[in-house]
Amino acid sequence: MNRKGIDKEERSKLLSRRNVLKGTAFGLASLAIPFGTADASVWEAFFQKHFQEMNEDEKKRVVQRLEDEYAKKFGAKFNIKTTKAEPGVLFGYGLDLSRCIGCRRCVYACVRENNQSRDPQIHWITVLRFKKGEKWVNDLEEAEKYYNPDKVPEEGYFYMPVQCQQCGSPPCVKVCPTQATWKEPDGIVVVDYNWCIGCRYCMAACPYGARRFNWGRPNIQKKEINQETHYLGNRPRYTGVVEKCTFCIQRVRENPGKYPACVEICPVGARKFGNLLDPNSEIRYIIKHKRVFRLKEDLNTKPQFYYFFGS
Amino acid sequence: MVIMIKNLIIALKLIAKGSRGYYIWLAVLGVFIFIGATSYIQQLRTGLIETAMRDQVSWGFYIANFTFLVGVAAAAVLLVIPAYLYHFKPIKEIVLFGELIAVTAVSMCLMFIIADMGRPERAWHIFPPPFGKMHFPASLLAWDFIVLNGYLGINLFIAFYAMYKVSHGKEYNMKLLLPMILLSIPWAVSIHTVTAFLYNGLSARPFWNASILAPRFLASAFVSGPALMLILFQIIRKISKLEIEDRAVFKIAELMAFAMAINLFLLLAEVFKEFYSGSVHMAPMKYLYFGLHGHTGLVAFMWIALLFNITAFIVLLVPKTRENYFTLNLACVFLIIGVYIEKGAGLVFPGFIPGTLGEIYEYIPTALEMNVTLGIWATGALIYTVLAKIAIPIDTGELRFVSKEMPKPVHPVR
Repeated sequence: MNRKGIDKEERSKLLSRRNVLKGTAFGLASLAIPFGTADASVWEAFFQKHFQEMNEDEKKRVVQRLEDEYAKKFGAKFNIKTTKAEPGVLFGYGLDLSRCIGCRRCVYACVRENNQSRDPQIHWITVLRFKKGEKWVNDLEEAEKYYNPDKVPEEGYFYMPVQCQQCGSPPCVKVCPTQATWKEPDGIVVVDYNWCIGCRYCMAACPYGARRFNWGRPNIQKKEINQETHYLGNRPRYTGVVEKCTFCIQRVRENPGKYPACVEICPVGARKFGNLLDPNSEIRYIIKHKRVFRLKEDLNTKPQFYYFFGS
Repeated sequence: MVIMIKNLIIALKLIAKGSRGYYIWLAVLGVFIFIGATSYIQQLRTGLIETAMRDQVSWGFYIANFTFLVGVAAAAVLLVIPAYLYHFKPIKEIVLFGELIAVTAVSMCLMFIIADMGRPERAWHIFPPPFGKMHFPASLLAWDFIVLNGYLGINLFIAFYAMYKVSHGKEYNMKLLLPMILLSIPWAVSIHTVTAFLYNGLSARPFWNASILAPRFLASAFVSGPALMLILFQIIRKISKLEIEDRAVFKIAELMAFAMAINLFLLLAEVFKEFYSGSVHMAPMKYLYFGLHGHTGLVAFMWIALLFNITAFIVLLVPKTRENYFTLNLACVFLIIGVYIEKGAGLVFPGFIPGTLGEIYEYIPTALEMNVTLGIWATGALIYTVLAKIAIPIDTGELRFVSKEMPKPVHPVR
């Protein structure tokens, strides 16, 4: 999981390369700023390009700078991946409403995995509770988000977790004025935290309340940090930018891939995940054999997140 | 170059000189701007958590003020149309001051947007390539960026070109000015339309996702902007030698009555559709006027707004009260307050209440948000004061700059 395993030789190589890069960066930055007294990395961060506009070298340099920055900030060694989407993969998610017991384990597993701020608290997953027999889907008007019983499941209620639905035509992506958020080829909607201007238009556009804003400075205790990160996913965020669920991009794009943290933790197996383009995947099985529905289908957002009743 | 500096000094001296009331006014604005600036610095330090906005209600007071001010910027156009399309002379004489209101209002709009941004230092990301990565034409915010700055540019050009020529004792070239003036008419409509579409296009928010939004937005804009303008004109007339004819004032008031009639009719159409059909999408409307599940934060404000708007409408409709300065001014104040509530908080907050997951988070702005808002309003007032301070003597012929040729006495060109 962490970088302790790296031997000394490799580490010294890494360091020297970092120094070289830092030197070049400083040189370039001092060209841009004639007075050159300011810390070069500040200016490099300021002029950082949009992620999709960077070539491989530029990506490496940015990742290096961010790893240094995080190391200083958290006193921990981070690994920031930039793994690309694999061809022939389109991620899909299934959620079995007849199994969900509303325990919110997924919520907190997600927080730990994805380095969400603990104070102020940010959750990417919201579990809604509905009274049986009351109206629910469409406008979710009767949803209760702050239910807090001693024990779940409760008699007479059922639960529906909501997170980013990774829409096929995402309204949030459409409205972003700077293209700081976009849909990756494997279907994951991502945010470049270094390009987002914090206008929150995407939050107004999202019909699923899936986007979160860093209203204050995000805080995580050093011992709770997950150092294995992806640039477009769970790397630490900044004040004033938007973030959201990425289906654990840092896990699902590994080879072999890992399940998203919420799928792994679910004690009742209500959460399913797989490749929509693979006819033998579990998610395809569910779509074929169960009656699935998608949230707020009247809005034509085409979610890649399927709710179903397994039993 | 020397002449330019000389003229600049003349202008600065002019701004620095004034009556005791003028200095008190500047001092008051200075205090408000200082309070606003320190509050904004505080917000930059700790983040927007200083505001009452949260994930549930992610736009608040800043965007409400922004929305209202986009409406105010219409003021100029309501003058330009009668002045240049119908050659109504009394209004033609005051068009310049309407344009300065547009300049001020749009500047304030931009300030409110900056105040609302999580990362204002990255604002340049919205520029088109090669600087930024503007999402044009998909994002309405990119459109708004273009039309607002364009509108600012057009009005700055018209106002400054006219003032420059007149102040140097020269005739201005109508062949250059008229196309710009005519362009400013559809452009003013565009800033309202685009800003309305910005909300309108979001299917996630049923309150905004109604086709009536843009027309209503436009109608109310043609009320609030001119109302503000009428009050400013009377102040200018009182404290300076500038003459503004009564006929012009009453004509504008009449136009406002028509705009208000349309606004009220569209409101009726909206209220009827929501309450008679009674679908779940009625919730935000219910929240506004009656409260929702015990949350009644905006109810009193909305009824005050409605009462003010209807009263003002009647006052402006009846010629007798319209042409009485006491009732006219009362109506103007009512309209400013009424539309400020209706097109500010009343338009922005209920888009988020109830939220997309059915949650009701009642948003009440914090003191810091109020301070920053006050600061921006004071900055706007300062901008207008300075602009008017130069424009008035130019218009009355009291101020003439030196140019290369011998200055000759010229009467103000209108």
